Amino acid sequence: MRHIISILIENEAGALSRVAGLFSARGYNIESLTVAPTEDPTLSRMTLVTRGNEEVIEQITKQLNKLIDIVKLIDLAETSHVERELMLVKVKTSSETRDEIKRLSDIFRGKIIDVTNNSYVIEMTGASDKLDAFVNALDESSIIETVRSGPTSMSRGENGLHL
Amino acid sequence: MELSGGQIVVQCLKEEGVEFLFGYPGGAVLHLYDAIFHQDDVKHILVRHEQAATHAADAYARATGKPGVVLVTSGPGATNAVTGIATAYMDSIPMVVISGQVPTAVIGSDAFQEVDMVGITRPCVKHNFLVKDVKDIAETMKKAFYVATTGRPGPVVVDIPKDITDPNIKVPYKYPKKVKIRSYSPATKGHPGQIKKAVDLLLNAHRPMIYSGGGVVLGEASAELIEMTRLLNFPITNTLMGLGAYPATDKQFVGMLGMHGTYEANLAMHESDIILAIGVRFDDRVTGKLAEFCPHAKIIHIDIDPASISKTVKVDIPIVGEVKLVLNQMLEAIKEHKKKPSKKLLAAWWDQINQWREAHCLEFDRTSSEIKPQAVVEELYKITKGEAYITSDVGQHQMFAAQFYHFDKPRRWINSGGLGTMGFGLPAAIGVKLAHPEAEVACITGEASIQMCIQELATALQYKTPVKIINLNNRYMGMVRQWQEFNYESRYSQSYMDTIPDFVALAEAYGHVGIRVEKPEDVRPALEKAFALKDRTVFIDFITDRTENVYPMIEAGKGHQEMTLRLAPGTPVDRELA
Repeated sequence: MRHIISILIENEAGALSRVAGLFSARGYNIESLTVAPTEDPTLSRMTLVTRGNEEVIEQITKQLNKLIDIVKLIDLAETSHVERELMLVKVKTSSETRDEIKRLSDIFRGKIIDVTNNSYVIEMTGASDKLDAFVNALDESSIIETVRSGPTSMSRGENGLHL
Repeated sequence: MELSGGQIVVQCLKEEGVEFLFGYPGGAVLHLYDAIFHQDDVKHILVRHEQAATHAADAYARATGKPGVVLVTSGPGATNAVTGIATAYMDSIPMVVISGQVPTAVIGSDAFQEVDMVGITRPCVKHNFLVKDVKDIAETMKKAFYVATTGRPGPVVVDIPKDITDPNIKVPYKYPKKVKIRSYSPATKGHPGQIKKAVDLLLNAHRPMIYSGGGVVLGEASAELIEMTRLLNFPITNTLMGLGAYPATDKQFVGMLGMHGTYEANLAMHESDIILAIGVRFDDRVTGKLAEFCPHAKIIHIDIDPASISKTVKVDIPIVGEVKLVLNQMLEAIKEHKKKPSKKLLAAWWDQINQWREAHCLEFDRTSSEIKPQAVVEELYKITKGEAYITSDVGQHQMFAAQFYHFDKPRRWINSGGLGTMGFGLPAAIGVKLAHPEAEVACITGEASIQMCIQELATALQYKTPVKIINLNNRYMGMVRQWQEFNYESRYSQSYMDTIPDFVALAEAYGHVGIRVEKPEDVRPALEKAFALKDRTVFIDFITDRTENVYPMIEAGKGHQEMTLRLAPGTPVDRELA
């Protein structure tokens, strides 16, 4: 099962590699990983998407908690949460395809943030499966490149992951 | 007080009460060594290879409970220390390793003797630090000792670039009295609800077993373990790491369990209905085939590390906490409980266990014309009255030591259990002898293991640490040979050496006493002679039976009920399960 693990970690050199090293050393997979400092510059917030059965996820959270740099973590799969991913897609355009791509982007609530004679850059946020659906809806040969942030997520309601 | 970085490091060690610093100098730590030169409080032990520095410090920690401290230079000094760091990590030994690093300005430029020590050691330390400012040294050192010695102990590396210890840069120094790490708060007491559940289960057990390990030694909980085991009259087994935590000569002790554990210990585990696991980690050498491990048992597991719980074996009642505190909580709960263990059920269980004991699974051929390694360990046990500190290397001799030296006290049995590091024994013996100069210290080893750190014979002479080296020389890497005999149709691929040194001459060349023993009747006199030489290191080279194997054995991937026993003629034993 897919799990989103949200982590507060000391914003220190090497902290990220402790997390990445733990996953490779123990043979856990990382589907995606995003990390950036929080409003408190001494802390970073990490969102890690992984897959595994209950026992594996339990070990992952326990092993992560053992890392001295990790302050707190939560497995968001255990709670109601919201999830967003950012994607940029660069597509080839021509006078014939431009309108069609624009319409498709509008349906998915994408924004065109760069335009040339031959290309668009489309910005889109949403749940990961929505982004997948948009990519699938595009003509594969028109895609020049895509970049995705990996999901970021937080729990619903007034409780949150903080010190 | 204004001090340089090098002086601060040494001052921090004094504040921590460090007696011995095991190390080897080099370019990146010269400022530090100069600071060491100017003081006498912290005694530096110059080893002959950095691996030995870590093993000696590690064994010092195992024998005393205090953290072992190591100082090595950058690059090869640091990488040589890695084996010893990993050894300590696998057995949860508190250790602080200070490594030199190239100057801050050239880090990352592939400078001379540069290696990313923080990166290399990341998977085998509890935590590590790179010090980037001389003002951070004192706090980092305090944190290093705090992390290494609290919770589940482990090694901590402090990597210090050369410019940070520059004697010309002085800063105000104050050693912090306390340190707090917001992301680190080890467990202490056990959850009362879990303790109640555990005690209810224990007092209703039909065929209970206590399975205790290294956590009891590390957690100084031997007295509590003994009190509880006797109060309940339950059988108890120890892991390789836990030997000595419960007296081996006590009637409730059924021996070590696992791959080379006793018949009675393994079968009792297999048939048990309630297992109380204390400070253990269900290592694969203990459990054998996981699917067949203790099929009838409900398991209670006490451990300081939540990640140890249900890692390989799913347990029914986890209790996270310090073993000593949790055992005291349990003792109180047991004494207050109305229910007492059923005498009738326990008597039946003990009858069964005593029947298994009749197999005499550790028996060996005592009439052989060759020296049996087991006989050497037995004699050693008798001559030292079971009071010696025994270090060992890794292989058959290690198992013979564990089986035939009956440890009645914790911290007497010093071996590399988790990582299985050959070369551990001799430097470990030196570390133990420094910690306990009045005690007898013997290193049980083999001709292959001893050669991995043989250079430390020089260290033993320099620091006058008279240890006795019991070399069980079977001219094979015995355990490798045994596996090749069992699993590879006796194709002994690379498990023997064509050239083995003359150990007697070698010991003498290093300034020690060497004795060679080739006949069974000479074993005892040789040991007597060696231990009579109080102030000399003695290397006794026992030429043992080449073909001897360690029994019983659970071959890899098999369950506890599938032990291979030595087929001694006329042994009255129900072999249905064997």
